[in-house]
Amino acid sequence: MRKAFCDSLTARADRADFAFLTGDLGFQAFEPLRDALGQRFINAGVAEQNMVLAAAGMAREGWRPWVYSIAPFATARPYEQIRNSICLHHLPVVVVGNGGGYGYGVMGATHHALEDCAGMSALASMRVDVPAFDEDVPVIAAELFDRSGPSYLRLGYSQKPRDAAPPRYKAWRKLLDGDAGTLVALGPLAGLYWSRCLETPRADRPNLWVACQLPIAELPAEFGDDVRAGGVVCVAEEHVAVGGLGSQLALEMLRTGGRPESWVHRPALGYPSGRYGSQAFHRRECGLDPTSILDLFATARETTR
Amino acid sequence: MMVMYTTRLPPSGQTVACRAAAVRISATKRLLKMHFDAGVGHLGGNLSVLDTLLVLHHDVLGSDDRFVLSKGHAAGAMYITLWSVGQLPEDELATFHEDNTRLSGHPPASGLPEVAFATGSLGHGFGLACGMALGLKLSRKSGRVYCVTSDGEWNEGSTWEALHFAAHHRLDNLTTIVDLNGLQGFGSTDEVCDLGPLADRISARQVDIDEVDGHDLTALRAVLDRPSRGLPRVVLARTHKGHGVSFAQDRMEWHYLPLSAEQYARAISDIEALAIAGAP
Repeated sequence: MRKAFCDSLTARADRADFAFLTGDLGFQAFEPLRDALGQRFINAGVAEQNMVLAAAGMAREGWRPWVYSIAPFATARPYEQIRNSICLHHLPVVVVGNGGGYGYGVMGATHHALEDCAGMSALASMRVDVPAFDEDVPVIAAELFDRSGPSYLRLGYSQKPRDAAPPRYKAWRKLLDGDAGTLVALGPLAGLYWSRCLETPRADRPNLWVACQLPIAELPAEFGDDVRAGGVVCVAEEHVAVGGLGSQLALEMLRTGGRPESWVHRPALGYPSGRYGSQAFHRRECGLDPTSILDLFATARETTR
Repeated sequence: MMVMYTTRLPPSGQTVACRAAAVRISATKRLLKMHFDAGVGHLGGNLSVLDTLLVLHHDVLGSDDRFVLSKGHAAGAMYITLWSVGQLPEDELATFHEDNTRLSGHPPASGLPEVAFATGSLGHGFGLACGMALGLKLSRKSGRVYCVTSDGEWNEGSTWEALHFAAHHRLDNLTTIVDLNGLQGFGSTDEVCDLGPLADRISARQVDIDEVDGHDLTALRAVLDRPSRGLPRVVLARTHKGHGVSFAQDRMEWHYLPLSAEQYARAISDIEALAIAGAP
């Protein structure tokens, strides 16, 4: 998604109030943006706390700063600076974290962001965007340039079926119909499941939804219809159980009365084996790989029969 | 919205120095009363930095300038300073630390346009000021950014990050004043985390550094008025925690303690005696 991200921002480089701060990252990715922005592209060095503070100070002066780092470095390290200096003042700073979830794979646990959505979406006036596909990025970026408050953009790796065109970006989208319950995935995981669901007969696959924004503003009516149609509702996310999509959706469904017949939450589990590997390895360890997820629905159907 | 500061000229027939001393005595007494009435401590660091805030707000800050109080635990001194320049009404000082107040124990996030940022967690203000200064420079706007830090908050890595950033970007529109009172939360700055001579540590970066007696109003003003030499400025203001109050001066416990009625009366006497003696 980094190329889509860089392209989206480079296309807006003529906005005079746009500045970009990076925590010394962007090699072989952000050179076009750097060239387009000139002095407004600021390598703030390996100093994420100060990078966020400087962005807040610039926002106070009328700028619309974007700050960028690997997801945990962008969110966990400067958490208090984001809270106090950006969110308490409702400043329009966009915090961008690359490689949300297990995106940095075998680079190890320090580079994974498994709690970022909970932490960020708990902050005053903060909105969390988790694009699922490259095509979502320019749409979300355009929104963020005009948003009045703070935002967190969690970038991942876009996957989708060959030749498939995702429906135009919305915070909640249905990607595919199915008759075996409902699956909701946070951001890029949905693209992974989309391919496998297409290979599965409709009777054996769930309705597939992708959610891309937290906190949940409003659930689409069609999602409510799918839940009421019965079967398992499964929420899958590359994020810990507490405070992510699953817990926020459960709360929202309790609030709106849309209780599912059966509920399964598949979150990130950390490092169950204590071993490290690719993003796909960690997804398998957590039961977040497509096979495990589709098996879950098949098992539920067998139980029902 | 940024604060629009006014510089008060001395009444006719009064010298600048005479007027400054009068403002200082009046502000110090009002600060003591506000903290005493509210039963609130944190007096030591407020008394050490009050002179700096008064000089800045009465004599230095112009309409294009910005101010960030990084040592947010000196909010009382900040409120009194705003009162002394006519930006906070007298009756509002009685709400300090009360329910439904704008005047919280540390600078608020909303309600006071004169406060650019909610501070109180140390190590934030310098970086914020850097961003404001860089924003001004990139926008080719005039105005300086002034930031006041404590000395204890130079324990924070983020303060050093800000120093490096300011030096690297040659933020010559930024002045950071360190309230060098030598005492922090649970010991002296030497005992807690000895940084050695702070001037040496800071001047290892490309900054323009000065040291000044932080209770000498004339000297403070002269240092702060000095034109920039093309580098970010750092002013080490040597001060006394609890300045002017005999039993509190240079004593760490007055970082926290509130005044009893007897202590309050004695503190006021101390300040009045200083006024009579004309001492700094």
